[in-house]
Amino acid sequence: MRSADLIRFARDAATGNPLRASLLVLAMAIGVAAVVVLTALGDGARRYVMNEFSSLGSNLVIVLPGRSQTGGFNPGNAITNTPRDLTIDDAQALQRASAVRRVAPLAIGTSEISAGGKLREVMVAGTVSEYMDVRHMAMAQGRFLAAGDWRRGANEAVIGAKVRDEMFGSGPSLGQLVRIGDRRFRIVGVLAASGQGLSMNTDELVFVPVSLAQAMFNSNTLFRILIEAHGRESIEAAKAQVADIIKLRHEGEQDVTVITQDAVLATFDRLLGALTLGVAGIAAISLAVAGILVMNVMLVSVSQRTGEIGLLKALGATGGGIRLIFLTEATMLSLAGALVGYGLGQLAAALIRLLYPTFPAYPPDWAVFAGLATALVTGILFGVLPARRAAQLDPVQALSKR
Amino acid sequence: MSAAQIELAGIERVFHLGDSEVHALRDLNLSIGAGEYVAVMGPSGSGKSTLLNLLGLLDRPNTGVYRLEGRDVTTLSPDEQARVRSERIGFVFQSFHLVPRLTAAENIALPMVLAGLPPAQRTLRVKQALKDYGLENRADHRPDELSGGQRQRVAIARATIMQPAMILADEPTGNLDRATGEEVIRLLEGLNAQGVTLIMVTHDSALGARAHRQLMMEDGAVKQDIRHATQATPCAVPT
Repeated sequence: MRSADLIRFARDAATGNPLRASLLVLAMAIGVAAVVVLTALGDGARRYVMNEFSSLGSNLVIVLPGRSQTGGFNPGNAITNTPRDLTIDDAQALQRASAVRRVAPLAIGTSEISAGGKLREVMVAGTVSEYMDVRHMAMAQGRFLAAGDWRRGANEAVIGAKVRDEMFGSGPSLGQLVRIGDRRFRIVGVLAASGQGLSMNTDELVFVPVSLAQAMFNSNTLFRILIEAHGRESIEAAKAQVADIIKLRHEGEQDVTVITQDAVLATFDRLLGALTLGVAGIAAISLAVAGILVMNVMLVSVSQRTGEIGLLKALGATGGGIRLIFLTEATMLSLAGALVGYGLGQLAAALIRLLYPTFPAYPPDWAVFAGLATALVTGILFGVLPARRAAQLDPVQALSKR
Repeated sequence: MSAAQIELAGIERVFHLGDSEVHALRDLNLSIGAGEYVAVMGPSGSGKSTLLNLLGLLDRPNTGVYRLEGRDVTTLSPDEQARVRSERIGFVFQSFHLVPRLTAAENIALPMVLAGLPPAQRTLRVKQALKDYGLENRADHRPDELSGGQRQRVAIARATIMQPAMILADEPTGNLDRATGEEVIRLLEGLNAQGVTLIMVTHDSALGARAHRQLMMEDGAVKQDIRHATQATPCAVPT
C-alpha cells in the first residue's frame, strides 16, 4: 500500500465515525492542553520570581557576618567561634577592590518614630547615599541621604511611603522634624512606594546615616554590606576579592559569608524548575489516560469493523498492512488531538497573561515538545494492541460476521 | 483437462466445537481446470463454504495439499497467501461486503490500493470497470445509495479489477431478487466466457444447473460430480 493511500484510507476511516474521532481528539487535546497550561503556570512562577529578584538590584554581592559552613565539627571552632563584627571600616576597605563599583553598609534596628503627637514603631536602616544606587530605589519626594563621610552624618532621615502616610497623612512631610529614638531628624526625602514584592518592603522603613544608626543602637556592627559589582561577569571576581579583603582584615579568618544574587537566583531557579517539572509530570498522567482511551476506542473500532478487516484480507491485504492501517489511524487521531491541545493550551496561557499581565505565563519549549511527543508516543503505543488484534483476526470469521 | 488449475488432495478440515470435533471436510480430492464453471451445492453444513474459504486461501486445511496453478499454496506464509489472493483470486460475497464510507469507484479501486498500484493506472482501470458494469453515473455514490443489484455489480467489478484467474462467489444472488440475481449471474457467466474460472456456492438448484459442472456436497465430501459437456439449457424455473 502506498503511503499516500494509507494516510487517505486511515483519514477516511477516522472521519467515518465523527463522534468517535472527536471524542478521541478531545481526550488527547485535554491532556496536551493540561501540560501546556500547567507548565506555563509553573514556568511563569519561575520567571516571576526571577524578575522580582533582579529588581533587588543587579550584580549584587552581599556580605553577612558569621560563617555558614557545612564542613562538620571542627574542634578549633569550639574555641574561636565568635565571629568578628562587620564594621564600617570593613565596608570602606571593600571600596578599594577593583571589581567593586559601589559599597553600601547596612545597619538595622527597631526604634520609635514620633512627630506631631503620633508615635509608631519602625524599622530603622542605617546606610549611606550609595545604597540608593545599589538597590535601584526611586524617590517620591526630596532626595536620599547626602553623600559624605560615612563616620559622620547629618541628622536627616528618609522615610518610606507608608510611614509618611501614617505619620503625616496628607500634610507636608519634607523638612519636618521627627524624633527617632532619642534623636531628632529632619526628613529630607520620601521613597516611592515599592508595592508588594518578594524584595524587602521599603515602605515601612526609615533610613538614617549609618553612623547615627549605630550610635542609636549603641553598637558598631553592620547587618549587611551590599556591594555592586562592575558588571555581570565581574560578580565572581568581586566575591573573591571581598572575601579576601575581609579575611585579611579579620586576622586571616574567614568569618563572613559572601553570597551573590546569582546564587540565590540559581537556587530559586532550580526549585521552581523542579516544580514545573512536577506539574508537567502530573499533566502527563492525563496524557496516559488519553492513551488508554485511544486504546479502548480503537479496540471498539476493530470489533465494529471486523467485517471490513475480513474483506481487506480477502482482497489481499497482509496482516502487516492491516496493522499499519490501524496504527496510522491511531497516530493521526493522536496527532490531531495533540495539535488541538497545543492550540487550546496556548490560548489558555494567553488568557492568563491577559488577566494577570505581571505573570509571564509562557509554556517552556521543552514542555511543549515533551507534551506533543508524549501524546504521539502514547497514541501509537496504545494503538499497537488494537492494531495487532485487527491483524490477527481470522478472515473467515470476520467475514461471516454481520 | 490435463493441467488442472486447482488440485486438492486428501484435504481434511476439522473444527473443534467444545469437546466435539466437526469434520467440515473429509478426505477431499478435487481438481478443477482453468476456465471451468463450477457450482458447489448441498445442504447447509455440508462444507460448501469451508471449501470455498479453502480455495480462497482464507482458511487452511488440517491435512492435505492444495495446489494452485501447480504450486503448493498450503505451505505459504500468510503474507505470500495474501499476495496470491490479491493477484489470482476474486471474491464475491452474498452480502456484498462493500466498505460503507467509500464510494463505488473507491470500493472498486480498493484491491489495487492494497496492492499498491500507481494512481494513474487505478483511475484508468476503474473507469473501464465502471463502464463495463454500467455504473458510470454511480461512481461517486456510496453503497447505501445503491440498489442491491448495483452493489453486487460494484462487488463484482472489485473482484475482477486485479484480473484474477478465478472468481469465488458465495451465494452471489442470495440477497437479490430474481431479476437482478439473473443479471448478476449473466455478468459472472460473461466473465467465465472470457476464460476466468468461476466457482460458485449456491442453494438454488436452478442456478446450479446452469453451471457446466456441479459438485453436490454432503457431510464434507463430494457425493456427486456432474459435468455437462455443453452449455446448460436456460433455466425453467420450477417454483
